[in-house]
Parts: sequence; C-alpha cells; structure tokens
Amino acid sequence: MGDVIHPAHVARLGPEETREIAAALERAERPEAAYLDALKIVQRHRRWVSDEALRALAAHLQVAPERLESLATFYNLIFRRPVGRHVILLCDSVACWMLGEENLREHLRARLGIGYGETTADDRFTLLPVPCLGACDHAPAAWIDGDLHGDLTEEKLDTILEAHA
Amino acid sequence: MTASAAGSMDRPLTGAMRPDGRPLGLAEYEASGGYAALRQALGGMRPADLIQRVKDSGLRGRGGAGFPTGMKWGFVPQGEKARRPTYLLVNADELEPGTFKDRYLLEGNPHLLIEGVVLSAYAIQADVAYIFVRRAYQRATEILARAMEEARGVGFLGANILGSGYGLKLHLHASAGRYMCGEETALTNALEGKRATPRTKPPFPPVVGLWGRPTIVNNVETLCNVPAIVRHGAEWFRGLSSSEDGGTKLYGVSGRVRRPGLWELPMGTTIREVLKTHAGGMRDGVGFRGLLPGGASTDFLVADHMDVKLDFASVQAAGSRLGTGTMIVLDDQTCPVGMVHNLIRFFAQESCGWCTPCRDGLPWLEAILAALEAGDGREEEIAILEQHCRLLGPGNTFCALAPGAVEPLQSALKYFRDDFTRHVREKRCPWRA
Repeated sequence: MGDVIHPAHVARLGPEETREIAAALERAERPEAAYLDALKIVQRHRRWVSDEALRALAAHLQVAPERLESLATFYNLIFRRPVGRHVILLCDSVACWMLGEENLREHLRARLGIGYGETTADDRFTLLPVPCLGACDHAPAAWIDGDLHGDLTEEKLDTILEAHA
Repeated sequence: MTASAAGSMDRPLTGAMRPDGRPLGLAEYEASGGYAALRQALGGMRPADLIQRVKDSGLRGRGGAGFPTGMKWGFVPQGEKARRPTYLLVNADELEPGTFKDRYLLEGNPHLLIEGVVLSAYAIQADVAYIFVRRAYQRATEILARAMEEARGVGFLGANILGSGYGLKLHLHASAGRYMCGEETALTNALEGKRATPRTKPPFPPVVGLWGRPTIVNNVETLCNVPAIVRHGAEWFRGLSSSEDGGTKLYGVSGRVRRPGLWELPMGTTIREVLKTHAGGMRDGVGFRGLLPGGASTDFLVADHMDVKLDFASVQAAGSRLGTGTMIVLDDQTCPVGMVHNLIRFFAQESCGWCTPCRDGLPWLEAILAALEAGDGREEEIAILEQHCRLLGPGNTFCALAPGAVEPLQSALKYFRDDFTRHVREKRCPWRA
C-alpha cells in the first residue's frame, strides 16, 4: 500500500477553484488585481494556503510563486500554516484589551488548551489574535467563522463555541 | 446609536437610518430623499461647480488627516490632455484601533455611500471607482454588494447614468487584512495586487495613482457627506457645524464609560458633551485619566481638556489630532504603560517594514514597554522611549504610520510620567496582582 497523499499536497487546483478564479480574473481590470482574490479562493477551499497550493496557483496564473508569496506573507488573513475547522479571531487591540481580552484568552487556554497561533488536537479550533475589529463599543469582540460577536463574556464565548462542532 | 431630537436634516449621515440597525434598501433610501442629489447633479450641474460647492462647504477628510476634500479633487488634471481613466478609490479599510464609524455607515446606509461615490466621481470625472473594504467587514461587504446590484439595476451605476452621458464602473474589493492598506498609496498598491507598502510622493496620487493614472482616495464618512452638500448647499452644510470645519461628525466613545457608542453631532462639539452627555460619563467606581481623541495614533488629552472642541484646529491647538473622531478613554483601573504597550505592539506588528526607522524602531519600543510591564524596565530606557518619539516623528519615515504610533507614547510620557517611573521603582506593573 502506497503513502496516503493529503489532498493539499496534490499540486493541482480543483474545478471549483479554477472556475471561481476565472470569474475573479474576468471581473478584474488587470490580472494582477485578482491575485489576492485567487489566494482567498484557494484558502476558502483548503482552509489555508500550503506551499503546494501556492505553487499550483502560481502555475495556473503563470506567475512566479514568489510573486504570490509576497502577498500571502503580507496580508494577515491569508493563512500559510494549517488551521482548524473553525478559526477564532480574538481582537487584541486597545479597547478589547482594556475590557477583558486577556481574560478571554486565558479562558480559552483553560477550556481548549490552546493559545494564540495554536490549534486544538482534534483540529476543531484555531485561535488567532486579530487587530481592531471596529466593534469597540461592544468590546471585547471576536470574529468566528465570519461572524462578529461583541460584548463577550466567558459564558457567552462558551455558548458560541458549543455551536461550532 | 442614540437618535437625537433633531430631524434628518440636521444629521445628513445617520438621519435616515433605521432604528433596528438593518440596512436601508433602495426604496427606503429614495423615500428619504436619496438619489435626489444625483438627479440634480447629473441633470445639469457642471463637474467644476460641484467641486466648488464642496470647497465652499468646508468639508475636510474624515479618515484622519483632515485634508480639504474639494481642494484635493481640484488637483485632478482635466481636459483633453488628461490621462484616462481617472479613478476614485473609497477607503473603507477602517483599521485604526478604537475606530468603528465607517462600519456603522456601510452597514446602515450603503446607498448613501454609493450616491456619494457617483457624485464625487462625476465631480472629478472619474471613469472607474473602487470601494476598498477590509476583510473583517464581511457583513458590510455583503450589504454593499447587494446595494450595488440594486443601484446598477435602476441605472445609478454603469454606462450613461440617468441618461446624462456620464458613466461609472464601480468595483468592490475585499482586502485580506493589514493596517497599512489605509494609507492611500499603500491602498493603491494593494489594488494593483502588490504588498501594501507606501509610494514615494511626489508624484501625488491625483496625478499618478492607480495604474499610473489620476486617482483620488477618499474616506467613507467623507463621501457620505457629499449628497447632502449637493442637495442643500454649502451654506447649509457650514451651518450644521459649530466650528470652522463644515458639517457634522460621527463621534465615538469606547472604554469604561456608561454608554459606549457613536453619535452624529455638530462638528466642534466639546469633549465634555460627547463624553458626559452622550456616553454617560465613566462607569460607577471608575475614574477618568485621559483619552485618545481620534483613534490609536493621536496624542492623549486629559481632564484639563474637557472643553476642547472636537474639530481639526481646536484639537490640534490642544496638542493632539481629531483623527477619526472616535475616542478611547483611559480609566484609573487601566495601566497607562500597559495601554501604550498594547498600542505600540499593534503598530510594530502592522508596520509594513518598508523603511528602517519604523521597521526596527517600533519593535524596540515594544520590547522596552514589555520589559517595563514585566518589571524588568530600567530608568534609562524611559529616555530611549523619549528619544524614539523624536526619531520616529514626522520627516524621518516613509509614511505617517510611525509618527502616528509615537503620538500616544510621547503624550503618555508627558501626562503619565510617574506611572512609567513607578514600574521601574517597584519592579512590577502596579495594576497587576
């Protein structure tokens, strides 16, 4: 029996990815204006952008992988390391820091056993800090799988996490 | 958002919004007088007259720098020799810590922005516009996308708008997160699919911007003022303000106050009124120590400044900047050194790394502040902090990020000096158990 090949290691984009990238290129004024969109499409399909996926995308767009890497390493929300099924982005900027971000972070460490930049062993959650979410009047805030949650307490955070299997 | 007794005429930005926070649809927006300014302008106003009206209104940029909007528009080369296409870029990359005003506008009344964009684009004769939204404003992005579809459907966007012969193609760009994108030339690089590092000026964007073409970058709140200026005139707009700068301002308050929030008030409302009347003052048992009047990159003001009017000139005279107009309150249960550490950590992380003072200076400051907080700080390091406030100040860096970053630090060293030395003396943060 041969080695199991993880899907992310296959150096080819899927048909859905290719179709969505074609649409992004179609909308763009120039191809390079769609490079970031293309990276976001790849990430949406694979959760993160692996070296293999980045090279596959570069080949598809006919650009040097370094050109895409320059973007992937610049923007905070392009993930170049694996993340879990759900990504908890906890705001660590000033208003949230003042109103309890450190407590929430400690609570998550106690409950899930992870700190910033870490993923639970069951691959369920990744915890990352995120700069100001623009919800300072509802601090502390977090952004979980695309949903903004404000006025967080430990109890409220627990309830939200339970809804993310 | 607290509704004031005054009608929507006094609150051009928020007066038409629904109390439940749901976005205003096209029909509701039009029923509130929406797109009347667009019909009026495209029905016979010359672009130059529109620019003049905005100049006369005293509208200044609401993104933080406060540049006069009409004057900026006037820098775009016009006439047959002008290079085309011309671009209007909407800066919706709101990422200044403590700032949440543009999100409120985008989510509450997307058509107000779209009308402002078309009017402003017409004024500068732009052919293409982009709305650049930060990635974390996903709800705002979805709301805008729907509103743009609605506007296209009835001919407020696209070719030959309202049969005027003028057309505008509007793109919506969702970024992937980075504070630097809020700087106008960095934003331009980001749209070109590059790292968002700033560009050398000159040439300035109105002459050489996106893809090398004339480009104007305006903030969301700035453009949302334009429909009312067109409709009701420059005099009326100036009359809304209680200062030299025209119009209203979305003021915000965060921190340990009774009612954190956002209020549209006359430009030039005092700190006291925003903080006490609208935010309800400090929570019970919590004392006031200071505030950053307009986001993370503005100097602290303190109790002596309660009667300072929140307009560009008055806040500057008090030693700070109006910035985004959304204040962050420092209370007596929060360590000022810890707060400044949090701010500098943010700026160090978000520095694009393009120029050396910012790339290397901010992490150094961050390390010193972390050591102070951990009880490992030394007296002489406070002098290093002070020295860096000068070295990272205006003129020494490629863009305004580092000079902005040291504003809260330099003013904290002025107003909360004892708190810094106490950390050294007691070899611990007095606010931590």
